[in-house]
Amino acid sequence: MHMADALISPLVGGVMWGVSAAVTAYSARKIKAGTDEGVVPLMGVLGAFIFAAQMINFSIPGTGSSGHLGGGMILSILLGPHAAFLTMASVLTVQALFFADGGLLALGCNIFNLAFLPCFVAYPLIYRTIVGAHASEKRVRVASIIAAIVGLQLGALAVVLETFFSGVSELPLTTFLLLMLPIHLAIGIVEGLLTAAVVTFVGKARPGALATTAAGPAVAPLGSGRLLARWLLLAAITGGLLSWFASTRLDGLEWAIFHSSGKEALSAPATAAHSLAAALQERTAVLPDYSFRPAVEGSEAGEVAATSGEEEKQWPDVNLATSFSGLLGAALSMLLAGLLGFILLRLRQRP
Amino acid sequence: MAKIESSFLDLGYLDSLAYRDSPIHRLDPRIKLITTLLFIVCVVSFGKHELSALLPFAIYPVMLLALAKLPPGYILRKLLLAAPFALCIGVFNPLFDRATLLHIGSLEISGGWISFASLMLRFVLTVSAALILVACTGFDSLCLALARLGVPSAFVVQLLLLYRYLFVLTDEAMRLARARSQRSFGRRGRELPVIASMLAQLLLRTLDRAQRIYLAMQCRGFDGELRLLRPLRIGTTDVVFLIGCTTALLGLRFADQAPALGDAIGGRLSW
Repeated sequence: MHMADALISPLVGGVMWGVSAAVTAYSARKIKAGTDEGVVPLMGVLGAFIFAAQMINFSIPGTGSSGHLGGGMILSILLGPHAAFLTMASVLTVQALFFADGGLLALGCNIFNLAFLPCFVAYPLIYRTIVGAHASEKRVRVASIIAAIVGLQLGALAVVLETFFSGVSELPLTTFLLLMLPIHLAIGIVEGLLTAAVVTFVGKARPGALATTAAGPAVAPLGSGRLLARWLLLAAITGGLLSWFASTRLDGLEWAIFHSSGKEALSAPATAAHSLAAALQERTAVLPDYSFRPAVEGSEAGEVAATSGEEEKQWPDVNLATSFSGLLGAALSMLLAGLLGFILLRLRQRP
Repeated sequence: MAKIESSFLDLGYLDSLAYRDSPIHRLDPRIKLITTLLFIVCVVSFGKHELSALLPFAIYPVMLLALAKLPPGYILRKLLLAAPFALCIGVFNPLFDRATLLHIGSLEISGGWISFASLMLRFVLTVSAALILVACTGFDSLCLALARLGVPSAFVVQLLLLYRYLFVLTDEAMRLARARSQRSFGRRGRELPVIASMLAQLLLRTLDRAQRIYLAMQCRGFDGELRLLRPLRIGTTDVVFLIGCTTALLGLRFADQAPALGDAIGGRLSW
């Protein structure tokens, strides 16, 4: 579920960083403005609780695998969305730094998928709506299960979209969705059951514990409307940025196809957006271009009109020389780096 | 269980590495954070079929490992533990992209395998860079750097508190889990109701603890903010390190030296 740095492009990573940073700043302001500063140590300790709870795993009935508590939903129920978001974000940061779960660039994506979506979408829109004013045990149970499922499905969907727009993986969108969504449906049901069980247990064992935490930061019906508006705005911005990226990517792809099929200069839209994306894509596009061009220039102009199938077969072959020397050189430079490191280590150990 | 226990012990070990002393450890945490981010952005900004231009980037983690005297085997083990997700997604590349991209002798290598190798290489580079950052900086200093770089203080306080109680609560969870496994002979006791009440117990204890901590902190004048008084100063070494790394990374990013080197050496070899 955690996105890795290796799977995303800088643009997707950057956009998600921006979104997550904005929500973090917003939540931090909300927490500061809140009168109850008791929530600050509670957040810290509950963040550690999520870690600890993940150590106690259980077997999922009917399968051989085991699962554990994810955390976003139970934190929202205990702390309210803002504090829960910050707590979840801090958990993800520690996971990225110490466990190599996710990465620094992917942190924005992970915070969005696993903190923003459950805390600011699934919790206010689903949990609060179902539970309503009078929280009966049955309602809490149903609400936690549905909200946890929806939160995880949204998160899985976001993982798929982020990977797809990054273009590092070859997995087709639909295949990836068919892989991710059912798996996370199962995980979501388990997470929901667990969340419901823990919340009702705590509610029975110590009614005060939930009341104090839920009373303060619980989203007032008036506030949730504004929250929804903000969320929609954010979604629109994100969606816009991502789709803009998607369209420039397609441009880049078409561009490469045009080149490899031997057609002359395609008039690409010379927008700033395009040139930025093109610069980012430089490596993919330039490589076939470079190795292809000498072949065209070397041959007569008439040969350019060869069928595209032939040309497509041709360019990888032409690529051979540069690629191989590139690989060799890279391997050598890595060897050099290793050697250098080894020598440095030795030198430092001696005195 | 044993695996998780050891991975949490690892957590303390990673932080203890930060207390060693080396030129890299002495650098300003802000500088190290910025350089690491730049490194990661450079690495992931390559196209998906890029392999040769990525390999030279290995020089950065290798140099830091050597200069900071960190144990390479440990970092490698952490890398292996984290690999499955990237591996699971990357392994589909060879299945979906079968167009031949490279011939070595009579061996045909498809684009999918190249992008898979590229993806795993990115994974190794980015994750090792992040691990090295923590291992030669330490969590407290990183949080301080974040605060100075403008991250909201509520979030930084949250990170610091979370880190402080991580060890306490994982010990607590470990005791619960150990007690369960002693009574359940391995297999039973992993059903949902049992787990739910265990988690709820843990949560109740956590809430109690939070209450005690809060009272204690209030007695000492806590007002929602942790003050970090360690001085941070960017000296000449820091500036030199930053400029050197930036130039080197951007150089590696925009001018691929590998083919030239390969030509020079490879040409000589065949000659």
